[in-house]
Amino acid sequence: MILLFLILILLLSGLLSAVVSRWNAQNARWTALSALVIDLLLAISICGRTWIDPATENNSWIAVWKTPWIPQLGIEFHLGIDGLSLTMVILTLFLGILAVLVSWKEITERIGFFHLNLLWVLAGIVGVFLALDLFLFYFFWELMLVPMYFLIGVWGHENRIYAAYKFFIFTQVSGLLMLLGILGVYFIHGQTTGDYTFNYNDLIHTDMDSWTAWWLMWGFVLAFAVKLPAVPIHTWLPDAHTEAPTAGSVILAGLLLKTGAYGLLRFVLPIFPNAAEALAPYAMTLGAIGILYGAKLAFAQTDFKRLVAYTSVSHMGFVLLGIFAMNEWAYQGTVMQMIAHGLSTSALFIMAGILHERTHTRDLDRMGGLWSAAPRMGGVTMVFVMASLGLPGLANFVAEFLILIGVYQVSMVLAGLSVIGLVFATVYSLRLMQKVFLGPNTENWRIDDLCMREWIIVGALILFLIVLGLYPQPVLDTVQPTIDRLLLLPNEVEHYSYLPPQPLSSDIGGGIR
Amino acid sequence: MNTSALIALVPYMILAFGSVLVMLVIPFYRCHRLTVILSLSVLFAAFLSLFLVTGYLPQQATELIRVDGFAFYFMGLILAATASVCLLTYNYMDGRDVKYPEELYLLMLLASLGSSVLAASSHFASLLLGLEILTISLYGLISYLRKEIRCLEAGIKYLILASVSSAFFLFGMALIYADLGTMNLGEITTILNGGKTEASVILLTGLAMMLVGVGFKLALVPFHLWTPDVYQGAAAPITAFIATVSKGGMFAVVLRYFRPADVPNAPILYFSLALIAIVSMLAGNWLALMQNNVKRILAFSSIAHLGYLLVTIIAVNSIAASAGIFYITAYMITTLIAFGIISILSTKETEAEELDDYLGLYWRRPWIAGIFTFALLSLAGIPLTGGFIGKFYIVAAGVRSAEWLIVLVLALSSSIGLFYYLRIIVTMFSNAENTRPAIQANIPLPWASCFALALLTLLLLWMGTVPARLIEWIYSLV
Repeated sequence: MILLFLILILLLSGLLSAVVSRWNAQNARWTALSALVIDLLLAISICGRTWIDPATENNSWIAVWKTPWIPQLGIEFHLGIDGLSLTMVILTLFLGILAVLVSWKEITERIGFFHLNLLWVLAGIVGVFLALDLFLFYFFWELMLVPMYFLIGVWGHENRIYAAYKFFIFTQVSGLLMLLGILGVYFIHGQTTGDYTFNYNDLIHTDMDSWTAWWLMWGFVLAFAVKLPAVPIHTWLPDAHTEAPTAGSVILAGLLLKTGAYGLLRFVLPIFPNAAEALAPYAMTLGAIGILYGAKLAFAQTDFKRLVAYTSVSHMGFVLLGIFAMNEWAYQGTVMQMIAHGLSTSALFIMAGILHERTHTRDLDRMGGLWSAAPRMGGVTMVFVMASLGLPGLANFVAEFLILIGVYQVSMVLAGLSVIGLVFATVYSLRLMQKVFLGPNTENWRIDDLCMREWIIVGALILFLIVLGLYPQPVLDTVQPTIDRLLLLPNEVEHYSYLPPQPLSSDIGGGIR
Repeated sequence: MNTSALIALVPYMILAFGSVLVMLVIPFYRCHRLTVILSLSVLFAAFLSLFLVTGYLPQQATELIRVDGFAFYFMGLILAATASVCLLTYNYMDGRDVKYPEELYLLMLLASLGSSVLAASSHFASLLLGLEILTISLYGLISYLRKEIRCLEAGIKYLILASVSSAFFLFGMALIYADLGTMNLGEITTILNGGKTEASVILLTGLAMMLVGVGFKLALVPFHLWTPDVYQGAAAPITAFIATVSKGGMFAVVLRYFRPADVPNAPILYFSLALIAIVSMLAGNWLALMQNNVKRILAFSSIAHLGYLLVTIIAVNSIAASAGIFYITAYMITTLIAFGIISILSTKETEAEELDDYLGLYWRRPWIAGIFTFALLSLAGIPLTGGFIGKFYIVAAGVRSAEWLIVLVLALSSSIGLFYYLRIIVTMFSNAENTRPAIQANIPLPWASCFALALLTLLLLWMGTVPARLIEWIYSLV
C-alpha cells in the first residue's frame, strides 16, 4: 500500500497545487514542496525496513502491492520495490524537492500549472521505478512524457517548441517500439504456458528462440537507449536539456535518463539474458564511443547548459558500458554512476540556472571573472565541476572507478578508451570553470552571491556528493540483492544465432489466418 | 416472427415512431426547445429500452435483422452520440439566425435509426435500407444551413460521392447474389468460409465493389477524398455526427461480416485490406500535418484512426473484435468532444476552425482547453485516456496475429500523428495574443453543451483508468 501512496500523493498534490494556486501562487510551491517531503520520508521509511529486517535479504522485493486491473488481458496494478528501485525513488524525490526549490524565483508564470506538471512527471518516474507489470510500466513510461513536454514547451527558453517536439517524438516512437516488444513477449509467454499475463516475475521466465528474442529485445533496447541516451540516438538530449527551465533540466538529466538505465537493468537483461549477452560487445562499444564523443562535443560548446548536456552523454556512456560489462563491479559502478550523475549534473544545471537568473545569459563567451563578484558561487561550482570530472573523494569517482574495473575484465581496449574519456572530462570541466569564473570580467558583471534558499540546495548536493564519495557502502548494500539476481542470469551465448530458426516461425500468433 | 422477436425490436420501434412523432409535432408547434426535448426523450427512451429487453436476446427478427448484444451495444453508442450531438446542435443553432432549426433533429433521429439498423442487419436488404436511411438524412443534415455556401458545397459533394458509392455497393451485392444465390450475410460468410474451391471472379468483383462502398462510408484511403471538405463545410455538431454515428453503424457490420479471414480462398482480399489500412494510416497522418484548419486536421486524423481500426478486422483472433469495439467507443467519445469544443467556441460570425482561433485558449478558458487537450491526447494515445487503452488493445490484436508490418506502420504513423495533435495543444498553451476578435469575445458557455462534454470527458477518463468492466462487457458480446 505504501508504494501506491508514493505515487498517489504526487498525483493528488499535483492537482491540489493547481487548484490552490488560484488564490495564491505561493501556495502551489508550498503544496508541492510538502508533498515531496512527505513522499521522501515515506520512501526513507521503506529504507529502514531493509536494514532492520534481514529476512528480506533472501526475497529481493522489499515490498509488493498488487490488485487486478484489467483481468481479461492479464494486466495487474502491480508495484514492487527492491534495492535498485528504492535508491532510484529516493533520488527521484530528493531531486524533485530541489526542482521545486530552484523554480521558486525562476518560474513566475502559470505557477499552479507548472507544479502540476512537475509533480506528475515525478509521479510517472516513480511509477516507472516501481512497476512490476509490463503494461503498467508502459503506462507510466508514457505518462511521464506529456508533463515533461509541457515543462519544456511552456516554460523553456527561446527554442523551446522545437526542443519539446524533438523530445516527444523520439521518446514516443521508441516507446511504441517497446510496446511491440512487450506484446511480443506477452503473447509468446501466453502461447507457451497458456497464462496470458504481463507480470514481470512470470515474463522473465519466457522461453524464446534466439532469433525472436533478438528482435523483441530491440524494441526494449531502442526505448531505453533513446532515454539513456546512447550515441547515435542522443540528438534530442542537448536540445531538450538546453531549452528546458532549470527544474526541467534537473529532472531530465537527473531522472529521465536514469529510467533508461533502469529499464536495461530491470527488463532487458532478465527477460533476454542471452540476446543481451550477444548484444553486449556492440553496446559496450557504443558506450565507449558515447564517452569520447560526448566529451569532445562538450568541450566545443559555448552554451553553459549545452555543455553540461553533452557531459551527460559522456557520463551515461559509462552507464551503458557498465550495464553490458555484466559483472559485479560494473553493476555496482553503474548504480553509483546513476546516482552520482544525477546529483552532479543536476548540480551543474542548477548552477547554470542560478547564473542565468542573474546574468540572463548562458553564453560562456560573455561570462568570465565571476569569481571576484561571487566567490562563494565559484567555490561551490568548483566542487560540482570536480565531481563531474571524477575527483577522488566525490561520488562520481567511486562510480567510474568501479565501472572501469568491471570493464577492464571484459575488454582492456574499451577500458583504455574510457580512461581517455576521463582525461577529456578534466579538460572540458576545467574549461567550464575557466570560462565562467576565472579570466577577465569583460562584461563587468556584478552579481549577488548565493542566497539562503540556494545555499540549502547546493549544500544538500555537496553533502551527498561527498558522503557517497567517501562512504558508498550503504547504497551498494541496498542494491546488492538486485545485483546478485542479475549475476544469476543464465548466459549461453556460445550457441547464440541471429539467424531465424528453421523452419521460419515468425508467426507467433499460431497462424489462424 | 414470434412475440419475443417483436419485443426485441422495441428500441428500433421507439426510434421509428419517435421520429414520426417529432415530425408531426413540428408543423403544429414550432419551438426549438420543445423539439430538442422531445428528440432527447425519444433517444433516452430507446436507450432505456435497450436495457429492458436484453433478456430476450439474441433474436433473429425476420431474416433481415439480427438483434443481439453486439447490435445493441452499437445502437447504444449511436443513441448516446446522437443525444450528445442534439445538445451541441441546440446551443449551436440557438446562437444563429436559423429560421427553422427543428427539422435537424428529425433528420438526426432518422439517421440514427438507419445507423442502428445497419449495425443489426443480417441481410443485404436491411443493409441497404439502413445505409440509405442514414445517407439520405445526412444529405439534409450537411447542407441544412442552406444560406451558407460552404454547407451547400459540402452537401453536394457528399450527395454525389455517396450516391456513387451506394451504386457500387448495390452492384456488388447483386454480383455476390448472382454467384452465391443468397442475400443473407450469415449464410454468405458460412459459404465463403467453408469454400474449398477458388473464389470466382464474379464473387471477387462483388466483394471489391462492396469494399468501395464500405471504404467510402468509413473514409478510408483511396475513398477518403470527401472527408476533409465535408468535415470542414458542415456545421461543427453535424461534423461530429458524420464522424461518429455514420461510421459507427458501418463499422459494426464490417466487424461482424466483412472479415478477409472469412474468405480463405481469396488472399487478394486480405492484401487489399491490409494495403488500405497501411495507406490510410500513413496518408491520414501525413496529410493532417499539412493542415492549418482544425476541422481538416481532425478529418485527416479520422482517416488514420479508421486505418487503425481496420487492423482489428484484418487480424482475426480472440481479442481483435473486442479491441475494435473498444477502440470505436473511445474514438466516438473523443471525436464528439473535439467537435463539441469547436462548436462551443464557434460564434455567429465564424466557425472556430482556424488554428489561430486557439492561440492561448488555455489562459482564457482553462476548462475548455483542458478538455480539448485531454481529447487530443486520447487521439494520440497517451495514458489516462481511453485512446491509450484502445491503441494498446489494437496493437495487441495485431501482434497476436503477427501482423508485424501493419503494426509497425501503426506505431510509426501514429508518431507522425503526434506532431499535429501537439501542434494544436501547443497553440492552446502558447503565450501569444489572439488576433481573431470574434473568438476572443468572452461569451458565456452554453450549459447544455458543457454538460454533454463533461459527461463525455468523464467517460473517456473512466475508459482510460478502470476499463476492466467495459472490457468484460465487450468480451461478452463477441
